[in-house]
Amino acid sequence: MKNKYIDAIYNGLIRENPTFVLMLGMCPTLAVTTSAVNGLGMGLSTTVVLMLSNLMIGCLRNIIPDKVRIPSYIVIIASFVTIVDMFLEAYVPSLYDALGIYIPLIVVNCIIFGRAEAFASKNPGPLSFCDGIGMGLGFTWAITVIGLIREFLGAGTLFGVEVLTNISGYQPISIFIMAPGAFFVLSCLTALQNKFKAPSATNTDDAGCESIACGGNCATCSGSLFVSNREVLEKARAEAEAKKAAEKAAKAAAAKAKKEAEAAAKAAEKE
Amino acid sequence: MFVKCILVLLSAALVNNVILSQFLGLCPFLGVSKQVETAAGMGAAVIFVITIASAVCSAIYLAILVPLDLTYLNTIVFILVIACLVQLVEMVLKKMIPSLYQALGIYLPLITTNCAVLGIALNNVQNYTDHVMLYSIVNGLGASVGFTISIVLMAGIRERIATNDITRSFRGMPIVLVTAGLMAIAFCGFSGVI
Repeated sequence: MKNKYIDAIYNGLIRENPTFVLMLGMCPTLAVTTSAVNGLGMGLSTTVVLMLSNLMIGCLRNIIPDKVRIPSYIVIIASFVTIVDMFLEAYVPSLYDALGIYIPLIVVNCIIFGRAEAFASKNPGPLSFCDGIGMGLGFTWAITVIGLIREFLGAGTLFGVEVLTNISGYQPISIFIMAPGAFFVLSCLTALQNKFKAPSATNTDDAGCESIACGGNCATCSGSLFVSNREVLEKARAEAEAKKAAEKAAKAAAAKAKKEAEAAAKAAEKE
Repeated sequence: MFVKCILVLLSAALVNNVILSQFLGLCPFLGVSKQVETAAGMGAAVIFVITIASAVCSAIYLAILVPLDLTYLNTIVFILVIACLVQLVEMVLKKMIPSLYQALGIYLPLITTNCAVLGIALNNVQNYTDHVMLYSIVNGLGASVGFTISIVLMAGIRERIATNDITRSFRGMPIVLVTAGLMAIAFCGFSGVI
């Protein structure tokens, strides 16, 4: 990962995945994942807005005065959201109807503000653009997966193709595509993260962060809390691994010494 | 019209609960719901801001955007209006009613760009075609009361959960989300009432 552009993309896709690791943008994650297609559409719309707004903010970062940066970001982001909104209404009306109010609400998605504040305001345009691609696609694959799970359990289909419904007498667990199902799927996900001690925002055992809370202020929450949380957890994990490796090495050395001693003793006996 | 107002109020507060069925304003719901007292403070601030924001946004929509045929700009206009409005409300409260400012002050900046505020403002102008102002205010009031109901209930449950012995993996956020899911099931019971 020497190339910083590729590194920025990889960072968003896996290492600091906005949904699974940073736990940002929970409102659209829960609201639009009733089917995989909706999740994909929402993810791609957000990606476009994120890429363009990051590029713009990255290029204008030296011109925008520090005091009015939040309103400036709001205007830039809201303009791109309006463009995406009109584009979807004209060319993909079915998706536009399915997502409804959540398309204009991309404006207040914490991921977009968070990346503007934490990354694009400090890095040049092209690099911020790559960060936007990474974060956007990371968000897209994450909510598509959540949508797939909910659609499979709740309607018995995958991307609209009937899978389980072909079995006679099969009754889908429709609660999973209703509102409560969203909470249950997400809670199982965070429980799994706790179980496997994944370095994520909600994994609170070792780090100080208590919940996925920025207190509701999506404009200034940059996800920095979660980034630091992840760093603490990764450090703890690396230390634990180093300790383990050291112990193993020490054990191996001791075993070797013992063997040698035994061999020496045997040789002495023979003599 | 009076009957319709009551219906709008009930439907916004209970049937289409802003958190549990529309998923708007989840961050404060999960973040500020550890104690009943702070949750109630947050709820009061939300009622205050959302009701005023609904009124102002629909007034601007009717008075400026519709006559000029600029309704496609509503997202940009509303988000800016809301951001300014919260700052303004904070200043006015600080100067005029310091006691109310002390109670709500710390929560006001938190809701500047809360998705519930923008979501409800957008919903108002999309859903209602006649008497937009009146229904917007009623709908904003209802939705924010619904928000307060669910965040206070959640805080009450979380105060109990805090002392419980929970499976290790489910400690922290997962159990809160399970609780929210169960509350959402309960609120599903209201669907079909209206």
